[in-house]
Amino acid sequence: MGIISKSRKKSPWIMHYDCTSCNGCDIETLACLTPMYDAERLGIINVGNPKHADILLVTGSVNKRNELVLKNIYNQMPDPKCVVAIGACACTGGIFKECYNVLGGVENVIPVDVFVPGCCARPEAIIDGIVQAIGKLDEKADAMKKVAK
Amino acid sequence: MSSTIVPFGPQHPVLPEPLHIKLVMEDENIVDAIPAIGYVHRGLEKLTETKEFTQNTFVVERVCGICSVMHAMAYCQGIEELMNIEISDRAKFLRVIWAELHRMHSHLLWLGLLADAFGFESLFMQTWRDREKVMDIMEETAGSRVVISCNTIGGTRRDLTKEQMAKIIATVDDIKHDLEQVEAVFLNNYTVKHRLVGVGVLTKADAIEYCTVGPMARASGIVTDMRTTGYSAYGQLDFEPITHNDGDCYARTYVRLKEVYQSIDLIKQAIAKIPEGEHVVPFKGFPPKGDVISRVEQPRGEVLYYLRGNGTKNLDRLRLRTPTFANIPSLLKMLPGSQLADVPMLILTIDPCISCTER
Repeated sequence: MGIISKSRKKSPWIMHYDCTSCNGCDIETLACLTPMYDAERLGIINVGNPKHADILLVTGSVNKRNELVLKNIYNQMPDPKCVVAIGACACTGGIFKECYNVLGGVENVIPVDVFVPGCCARPEAIIDGIVQAIGKLDEKADAMKKVAK
Repeated sequence: MSSTIVPFGPQHPVLPEPLHIKLVMEDENIVDAIPAIGYVHRGLEKLTETKEFTQNTFVVERVCGICSVMHAMAYCQGIEELMNIEISDRAKFLRVIWAELHRMHSHLLWLGLLADAFGFESLFMQTWRDREKVMDIMEETAGSRVVISCNTIGGTRRDLTKEQMAKIIATVDDIKHDLEQVEAVFLNNYTVKHRLVGVGVLTKADAIEYCTVGPMARASGIVTDMRTTGYSAYGQLDFEPITHNDGDCYARTYVRLKEVYQSIDLIKQAIAKIPEGEHVVPFKGFPPKGDVISRVEQPRGEVLYYLRGNGTKNLDRLRLRTPTFANIPSLLKMLPGSQLADVPMLILTIDPCISCTER
């Protein structure tokens, strides 16, 4: 394992963007980082800049206004990158699926790698989703290496 | 001097939610602030017209995950008034207990976010550790951590046993003990005071003019609290609204911190006075007809529900005005004239809940 792939695997940096979440999944995502669940023991650090992030956590469904913001954030992240959709709304649109301003789940706008269901998703489930995303991140990095060769 | 526009949000590390404000700057000073909202707009009010009035309890809970109990409470109180349902005394007390637990977790969450905003990471961790104890009670009593769905039309969906109540009292006492240690840091620490005292002053006259609500109005010296109107079981409990006269960020922190103690006290009073009886009454009769306004005190201030029923299963109109919506004008009043570095403090101390505001 090279130094770059090791650091990616042992310390994935996450970024959180709230699309139209009701705050429930947002505060559960933040609760993951606090002493009770302590995602930082896995090297997970929450950053505010998409250019520093490996994994994008999205809560809530996409609407017409924030579609472009979400795409912008996703495009600013360097490869390899992963997207985790947290909560029922981010997965399918959830209870707000029929609303006039909602476009549905996050996968309608950007590719999603891991889905975390639940309303609200539990912190344990969110951490598990992030851990699964780390595995996907590794696969993507290997695929990139092959293309480079 | 030429001015520049600095965007704040929609994605910003200080706030988990997408609030977008265009700050017109001259050097480090803000001369104007232009809000741009709509990032969380889902069209929830329209959705409630397509669902049955009994299903809407679950929809309005998802207006905001942090204060879901109060939203459902306001909605249920409105429908109960329209349909002339008299709920049992026990249900009223149960609602108060869950509502005050929610207020505690909301204020502790806010205190943590405030500490994070001024860069005091360990204080953030400490308050959120205390908050987890409240979340544990929620999970044990209602089966879920955040959106607990305990209100229903005619009462509450669950009851509390004697053992559970004893455990709630033990836990809130424990939180009180922990909070007393954290309180000293929030209110007396030299560095923390530097970031809070004298920053973002909202005078009493301004607060009245801009129709400020909730802890923000109380921090500017206005004695206003919807709980004093005595809805649910609040009329049978003994409490005074907590106020402060300075109107700055420190005053708003003081009010919210003291309100956690107030909630602890209210929970203990409610558990001491709770009568025996049914926790839910089955309702019958025609679906709601006519219109009603229902007001409830949320952690952020007063929330107003306007309901109009037409005698069918679907409501004609549901309109809600949330506290953050009422407080944004006062935020825009405070921003011009302040420094860029203080903007996170100012935005955070109104305790913004964007998903409430935009629905």
